[in-house]
Amino acid sequence: MTFEPKIVGFLCNWCSYAGADLAGVSRISYPTSIRIIRLMCSGRVDPVIVLEILASGADGVMVMGCHPGDCHYIEGNLQTERKIKMLKKLIEETGLGPERLRLEWVSASEGGRFADIVKEFTDQIKTLGPSPLSGEKSDPVLLENMQAAKWAAEDFRLRVLVGREKELIDEGNVYGEKTLQEEFDKTMDEAIQAEYTRNRIYLMVKREPQSVKQLAKRLDLDAQKVLRHVVVLRRRGMVTVDRVEETTPIYAALELGK
Amino acid sequence: MRYLLTRRCIRTGQMNQQARRIGVFVCHCGINIGGIVDVPKVVKYALTLPDVVYSEDNLYTCSSEGLNRIKETIRKYDLNRVVVASCTPRTHETLFRATCEEAGLNKYLFEMANIREHCSWAHMDEPDKATEKAKDIVGMTVAKVRLHTPQEEPEIAVVPSTLVIGGGISGMTAALSLAGQGFKVCLVEREPELGGMLRHLHKLYTTMEDASEGLNKIVEAVRQNRDIDIKTSTVVKRVKGFIGNFDVSLQSESGETANLEVGTIIVATGADIFEPAGMYGYGKFENVITQFELEGLLRKGQLEKLGTVVMIQCVGAREEKGRTYCSRICCMTALKNALLVKQMCPEADVYILFRDLQTYGSEYESWHRMAQNEGIKFVKYALEKPPEVVAIRDGKVTLDVYHALLGEQVRIESDLVVLSTPLVQRGDARELSQVLKVPLGPDGFFFEAHVKLRPIDFATDGIYVCGSAHSPKNSAESVSQALGAASRAAIPMAVGRLRTEAITAEVDESLCGGCGTCVKICPYGAIEKDEKGVAKVTAVVCKGCGTCGASCPEKAITMRHFTDEQVMAQAFAAFRRATA
Repeated sequence: MTFEPKIVGFLCNWCSYAGADLAGVSRISYPTSIRIIRLMCSGRVDPVIVLEILASGADGVMVMGCHPGDCHYIEGNLQTERKIKMLKKLIEETGLGPERLRLEWVSASEGGRFADIVKEFTDQIKTLGPSPLSGEKSDPVLLENMQAAKWAAEDFRLRVLVGREKELIDEGNVYGEKTLQEEFDKTMDEAIQAEYTRNRIYLMVKREPQSVKQLAKRLDLDAQKVLRHVVVLRRRGMVTVDRVEETTPIYAALELGK
Repeated sequence: MRYLLTRRCIRTGQMNQQARRIGVFVCHCGINIGGIVDVPKVVKYALTLPDVVYSEDNLYTCSSEGLNRIKETIRKYDLNRVVVASCTPRTHETLFRATCEEAGLNKYLFEMANIREHCSWAHMDEPDKATEKAKDIVGMTVAKVRLHTPQEEPEIAVVPSTLVIGGGISGMTAALSLAGQGFKVCLVEREPELGGMLRHLHKLYTTMEDASEGLNKIVEAVRQNRDIDIKTSTVVKRVKGFIGNFDVSLQSESGETANLEVGTIIVATGADIFEPAGMYGYGKFENVITQFELEGLLRKGQLEKLGTVVMIQCVGAREEKGRTYCSRICCMTALKNALLVKQMCPEADVYILFRDLQTYGSEYESWHRMAQNEGIKFVKYALEKPPEVVAIRDGKVTLDVYHALLGEQVRIESDLVVLSTPLVQRGDARELSQVLKVPLGPDGFFFEAHVKLRPIDFATDGIYVCGSAHSPKNSAESVSQALGAASRAAIPMAVGRLRTEAITAEVDESLCGGCGTCVKICPYGAIEKDEKGVAKVTAVVCKGCGTCGASCPEKAITMRHFTDEQVMAQAFAAFRRATA
């Protein structure tokens, strides 16, 4: 049987959903792969939801909003853009491949463009093949990576950085100091890597208590770096010393009571 | 459903105790859906879905017969959720929601499955796949509606008074219109007297009447009107609240403050003239002046005999960067003043150096012809080769200009150079935009909700804009827009009450850390931190976009009717058929 991708599309009510309506009204055909979810604004798309859906085996996720400057909610779509930018980097870390996520701007008058995009994205997903997380047996390593990504996207740091990006760049912080886009991007990239790695460490020690050295080997990372992450995790009350073997501390995960 | 091991994101559905009873109505829409999608198959499938207790197909669910079926079935089967699988909710949701309400069901317990625009019409060549997709769409919709809860649209009263900011021609026109409709108006002007820009102008095109003549009449009418409270030398310091109930603080020059309550606000603060410091010797030589200063000289009759007058258009306007916009009124102002100069000194040589002459409409175009007939000389120059002042000697300014149509350099010696500069946003507009929480556009002017469909409203309900505060305008255009703004403001006040959005954000105080990210993100200023430092949503102001919820670092914000749980249930149903 040929592979028929299942794609979830988040469309904003005012532009993209109307664009998809227009494709239908104009009888423009496109692949049946997309399952549309109507939201009031593309800004409603929480990175956590996208990760959750990809982890559950969707072959692709599309987010569509109004063109910049046309947003019904002034600039919800620009918030979406920042979220997707962060998400793609995070997904790349997991090994799933950021090509399974796509952000597009479609206006209410662009029925043809909507159809073209769905077709093109469907072809792209067909080339990529079924999601390794679809079907009965999904890759457990990838699934754990997705879990780490999801937790990273759920945590304060990345969310606050995404939410404050515009403010930090355009208005500056409380002292009126503005951040350059390049500087911000660098901070963001570092934060994504750090938070993702920390959550992986947490998941690894949750499965089985282990030493920094063991973690470093499994993560293919410098032990110094891993240690610093472990220190942060201990400070956050997520990890504790389980026992000391000879002189090596073995770390274990704490239950999170949230 | 296989949720990833979760820490706090998804709150498992604490549904209301009552058992869910969902009815699914699948529409044939004549042959529009039924001709492609196997509708009976979809009905059969719907009956297998969790909590679906009833399903049927209708030839046209939106017909009165179809609507009656919905109402009857709600009663007969005691339905507490309804799904109609038919066309787009963008056109028919209101109708079906009203039907549910008539049968005593809260309208938010209804959801539409779009199997026409998004399915049968788009997949006419693939009926089997279209049927499968329609089943999925119905499954997704049922998954979402299962988690719906009733929502209320609170009704609020509207205070029947307006704050008009700016006492120029626009503000006064709006104030008079509203007072004439029986509403109280507070008219605030930061200058000591009313009149705005018109006080400084000479004659108005195309009637050539004195600006002061019309202005005096309207100022008098405003002064006489008992429903208009005039506050000059006063600025707006703070605005809180929302449509229907704005709480305004004013401050006079002497520092006195006053508070008032209004239902609506009109921004009519006008614009400033751009001062072309350093351009073409402006500010250095007294015979280089702006068009605005020429108006003053003409008004006071202080113009001496002139030999040659050169007017330069687009000075500091339509630039590559910065003031990129066309100021709209300068071409006609130059034509008018050129004709007036010509009238005063018929022997004078008057040049207009222009990039593009915008004399739109039949009346303005006829003025262009008239000016040509009167002997005014038009020279087209190009942005890359602007006119250049080469010498200023003995009260004469020598200009070189590359004549773009002749393709050669022309030298003009003139007695007076008049620079047509654009209207620009006032220096204090940004402050006002922050006080009102309404945006300024890329050119610095106040930015409307939609350029074509809502040209006078701000995205924030209850606040409207008119006149040059919005973009450069002449007085006739300002008056029209002011009348428009007054009508827009009158609508909620005439009705006296309004229903607010039910789909709003809700903060879980126990989770909120007070970081303030949502306060910054909300484009409507609907979220503030309260005295406890916790985010608080003013439901009346919230438009329900959900961006705050999707960004909240603590996941403390829920979007009603589009909760994480609802959205995810809908998505999972898309590719995990019949899992519950």
